[in-house]
Amino acid sequence: MSEPTRRSVLKTGVFFACCGISHVRLARAQSSPVEALPVKEITGGVFAFAGRPEMMAANNEGEICNVSFIIGDEAVAVIDSGGSVAEGRQLVAAIRARTDKPIRYLINTHMHPDHIFGNAAFGETGAIVVGHHNLPRALTARGDYYLQSYRDAMGSELMADIRIIPPTKLITGEEQLDLGNRKLTLKAWKTAHTDNDLTIFDEQSGTFFTGDLCFIEHLPTMDGSLLGWIAQLEELKGIKATFAVPGHGPVPSAWPQALGQEQRYFDALARDIRKAIADGVPMAEAVKTAAESERNNWRLFDEYNVRNATAAFAELEWE
Amino acid sequence: MTIKPIRLRSRVVAFVILALVGAAMPFAASAQSASVPDTKTWDGLKGDVFGQKPIGDAGGIITIDAPKRAEDAAIVPIDLHFKTDAATGRIKAVTLIVDENPSPVAAVFQFGKDAGVTHLATRLRVNAYSYVRAIAETEDGKLHMTQTFVKASGGCSAPAMKNQDESLASLGKMKLRVFTAKTPGNEPMTRATEMQLMIRHPNNSGLQMDQVTRYYIPAHFIQGLTVSQGDRLIMSMEGGISISEDPNFRFEFDAKPGEDVKVEAADTEGKKFQDEWPLESSSL
Repeated sequence: MSEPTRRSVLKTGVFFACCGISHVRLARAQSSPVEALPVKEITGGVFAFAGRPEMMAANNEGEICNVSFIIGDEAVAVIDSGGSVAEGRQLVAAIRARTDKPIRYLINTHMHPDHIFGNAAFGETGAIVVGHHNLPRALTARGDYYLQSYRDAMGSELMADIRIIPPTKLITGEEQLDLGNRKLTLKAWKTAHTDNDLTIFDEQSGTFFTGDLCFIEHLPTMDGSLLGWIAQLEELKGIKATFAVPGHGPVPSAWPQALGQEQRYFDALARDIRKAIADGVPMAEAVKTAAESERNNWRLFDEYNVRNATAAFAELEWE
Repeated sequence: MTIKPIRLRSRVVAFVILALVGAAMPFAASAQSASVPDTKTWDGLKGDVFGQKPIGDAGGIITIDAPKRAEDAAIVPIDLHFKTDAATGRIKAVTLIVDENPSPVAAVFQFGKDAGVTHLATRLRVNAYSYVRAIAETEDGKLHMTQTFVKASGGCSAPAMKNQDESLASLGKMKLRVFTAKTPGNEPMTRATEMQLMIRHPNNSGLQMDQVTRYYIPAHFIQGLTVSQGDRLIMSMEGGISISEDPNFRFEFDAKPGEDVKVEAADTEGKKFQDEWPLESSSL
């Protein structure tokens, strides 16, 4: 049975190839100057832009997550490219407004569109795309789906330039990148928010870039493992940072207090789902009321809570 | 997998091939993301699945429940209830279809003659705004259809595996839960019992390209499953890639106390999985 299946799939290859992953195309040449993203310098040489706690849409150009850059003596590293090529270009403009040093690295903290849809804006900069060793696999499985599922919300104009560009430098365990007298420690985590979460620690300033391992105000989204996320909270707290740039939420945020909100939500979600499973409540019923006590603590609760509860239910059933 | 007649196997092979050939157009079709339900896809699909056989309205013989929106595109709970009478006879088979998925035929379930299955819940991947439909075949040979419309999920939810390493590490592991009857009382020899069967399997769709080799990753999913008690078939399933990762089935049937429940499954790589659980009278 696997034989006809494989052959049939191959037949469709031509179609998919046109919209395939890893078609790295340069960003469209700009006829008008691009406005710089309004980043703020949170400490010497560290700049960040706080995304809006909203769903990605045409009117916010996908600018919903926090994006950052760090300037060393020789080079610049960018952390996440934003939710559209338009945002990515504004980020490049913000960097160029401050330094002429080369952008050596574009680090993607994980697979989600709000963090990677701007990658194509960095095509001309020569930046090396860096990611968790699982990130290419995750983008292979989701890239085409992301490109097509966001068309409604983002509109065809914003989507036109977006390409799924996977990392070429992959991180396993911990690894350092040097920007010239400025060392960044990258750490690939076990499955938590996703199965490709990467964090960045800037030793010089003590800034910890958590990616979406830390959500504040914006309800966390579950696309990996609730148990894995909870299990790694202690290790996250143990990172000796002065402050943090979370994936979503205020920039900067106090560390490790920044983890407090999500930890409380995870506890409520796991408690309610475990009780439902023990009581024999079917998934479809259980997800309607799980973590309801958390409703007023978050933005986008209605958009994401049932989804989180669904994923948590499917995971916790195996306990 | 000896319970399954050969005829059925070839029919389902046809389904899967049909479904994958259909993959040439799905993104074009689903890209429209029609917010107004339109049955064009089904109109083109039904002949391929059921030939010229007329398909009537379910009229309560089978009902389907699904959330209005697929909150997690990878895990959409679907509930089916069956209610037949002497005129139609029992339901022999149910085909579950997600119109806009790359492989629309999610599964074909066959029920044992005296299994008395009245309820079946499972979880599906739903890629786009789509009808999810269930077509029951009753003993009189007639087809009865019911459907519901599911909106695609918003945000970054994708119908893909969340934790691929874990999924492969515990491949084929099974779990069976027996739910206590809601109305405890006299213990008849046969009574409806609710069970939930869970199988660890990535149920991978195979529609993604490996970026290094540029080849499509072969599909890897549970293609056949049988649940029996003693020598009695409860149900069998011919599955496709629209069944969620870690396939999950919750169902009610007429259980016989004291006889073991046995599950056999086979995937597209030819791996076979099986497990057996004693069904104590006390748990019924």
